[in-house]
Amino acid sequence: MSLNSPLIEIRDLHFTYEGQATPTLFVPEFTVDSGEELFLFGPSGSGKTTLLEIISGVLAPQSGCLRILGQDLTKMTPAQRDAFRAEHVGYVFQSFNLIPYLSVYENIELPIRLSAVRKQRLGTVDVDMVIRAICGNLGISDLLDKNVTQISVGQQQRVAVARALLGKPQLLLCDEPTSALDTDHREKFLRLLFELAELYETTVVFVSHDRNIEKLFSRSLSMNTINKATS
Amino acid sequence: MIFLKLALKSLKNRMLATGLTVLSISLSIGLLLTVERAQRAAEDGFNQTISKTDLIVGARSGPLQLVLYTVFNIGNATHNISFSTYQEIAKHPAIAWTIPYSLGDGHRGFRVVGTNQDFFKYYHFRKNQKVGFAAGRPFQELTDVVIGSEVARQLQYKMGQNIVVSHGVTKEEGFQHHDDLPFQISGIMAATGTPLDRAVYISLEAMEALHLEHSENLKKENIKPDAITSFFVGTHSRLDILKLQREINAFAKEPLLAIIPGVALAELWEGLSYAERILRLISLMVLIVGFMAMLIALTTTLNERRREMAILRAVGAQSKHILGLLVFESALLTFLGVVGGVILSLGLVAALAPWIESKFGLYLAGSALTQTELFYILGALAAGTVIGLIPAFKAQNQALKDGLSVRF
Ligand SMILES: Nc1ncnc2c1ncn2[C@@H]1O[C@H](COP(=O)(O)OP(=O)(O)OP(=O)(O)O)[C@@H](O)[C@H]1O
Ligand SMILES: [Mg+2]
Repeated sequence: MSLNSPLIEIRDLHFTYEGQATPTLFVPEFTVDSGEELFLFGPSGSGKTTLLEIISGVLAPQSGCLRILGQDLTKMTPAQRDAFRAEHVGYVFQSFNLIPYLSVYENIELPIRLSAVRKQRLGTVDVDMVIRAICGNLGISDLLDKNVTQISVGQQQRVAVARALLGKPQLLLCDEPTSALDTDHREKFLRLLFELAELYETTVVFVSHDRNIEKLFSRSLSMNTINKATS
Repeated sequence: MIFLKLALKSLKNRMLATGLTVLSISLSIGLLLTVERAQRAAEDGFNQTISKTDLIVGARSGPLQLVLYTVFNIGNATHNISFSTYQEIAKHPAIAWTIPYSLGDGHRGFRVVGTNQDFFKYYHFRKNQKVGFAAGRPFQELTDVVIGSEVARQLQYKMGQNIVVSHGVTKEEGFQHHDDLPFQISGIMAATGTPLDRAVYISLEAMEALHLEHSENLKKENIKPDAITSFFVGTHSRLDILKLQREINAFAKEPLLAIIPGVALAELWEGLSYAERILRLISLMVLIVGFMAMLIALTTTLNERRREMAILRAVGAQSKHILGLLVFESALLTFLGVVGGVILSLGLVAALAPWIESKFGLYLAGSALTQTELFYILGALAAGTVIGLIPAFKAQNQALKDGLSVRF
């Protein structure tokens, strides 16, 4: 990967859900550079979640070019895309990010349990130390042994961020993770997130319909400038 | 491994459903194994009702009838064998020993058998067990009677007690009683778990005396039995059995039938085995119901677990991992169920063995897990895993179709 090539590079990408007549996404061009904190906004149904799932390799586009970290995801098998996601991508949902029968700590360590590469990136440092350090930054240190059903929604979202960033993925995808939080908590949450992302040199793509938080990001884009599918 | 941990924690999280599923599999496996064990014991017990006897000889009738009335105290002989015929055959050089058996009289619902000391010497059951005594000794005097353990238990007879023997196997009063000849109990046999326990034994002479008009002041030496019902034969060499059988069946002076008890018992069991098959079929059905319960428990939780699957996919689990996770879960449930079932069955057998022994004469000895049981266990494990594939494939498909955006 050359230094000046973008982290995410999408060209002429078509995606249609199975059984759907018209494409949900048609993206002629969309690039994200390394180190960006990108805010993507658009109304409900504009294809934000769909785009993130394509970037994370959960969904596969029917045609077009999709390169992340210089690697062509369209040439990968589903299993390779799963492995790619495990290694390079952190994902945070709007809500219900955590597996209810695992403790906070166990939820956080999932990615390094699933990807050897993510674990290796921690280097020789003790896993437990890293987890505690991240959680210290996010202010959730004292929740580690708790059951995930015993913590607040805001705390759950911070746990989800800790999990998504453990093992320094190059890309963090966030699907409206603040919509359940009030304005104060939203800003606080984002500042913590950016702090860690900068520390880890992780690029952030954040989608939301709520433009109040737009100003905190380094760049902001509307879905309809990206998605040319007529819906 | 992470998926092992996930499966265990997930199952633990659904403790009640998990427990009930394991319980239902345990119960059905336990039932299947116990039924299997009891069947084997029944068959063994049945086939070993009599052993070491090479031939049973009676008047010509059906082989089934002969084995039923001599070995199982069921039914009656239509004809007798004359005592002289018996004596003539008993002298055959191939024959090592014989036991004369005279049936027909009954005592309060129990069969009365006339025989001699050779019965105590040569009658074997369950491979090499002989008739033993819980109290007393074999009959010696004309008026001595030896009773089976079940007779003693049911009629609450004691050693030395005087009893009256009547004619015909019946509990009916008013039948012709042989009040003239009062018997005294000289021995109570140890329980054998065979039909021997349900009979009363007297000497051939006593049996004959019962039929004499005036039996007062009779001496054993003066009585000569003139007929017996059947006799058991032991040969010197097993090689002679078939030849001897042919010779007896071709006996010129009287129509006789000689049967090999092992063969007759096996045939008889074959006839009874439909009951065994039905029992096995029922326990297999119960097993199927157990697995259905598991299938239901697994599929109904799938919907609740869609978010869980999406999260796992988001953190990098492949869809085949999700498949593996769910198959592993059902395999684990089945495994726990099978282990529970085996323990249940062993426990049940251990707890009930004494009762079954005394009540039904079935000895639940022998190895608990034979090839058949192993086959069932492996079959159940395989079935459980295969059944687990159904919800697992469904979950995998769902996870692929839902992507990560499961909406609640
Ligand atoms: N699994 C699916 N199958 C078929 N159509 C789908 C599926 N998921 C989403 N869609 C459709 O694709 C379009 C884009 O959906 P998407 O979830 O990407 O929107 P969104 O921008 O994330 O909306 P929101 O802000 O409500 O989350 C919608 O019209 C939706 O109905
Ligand atoms: Mg969405």
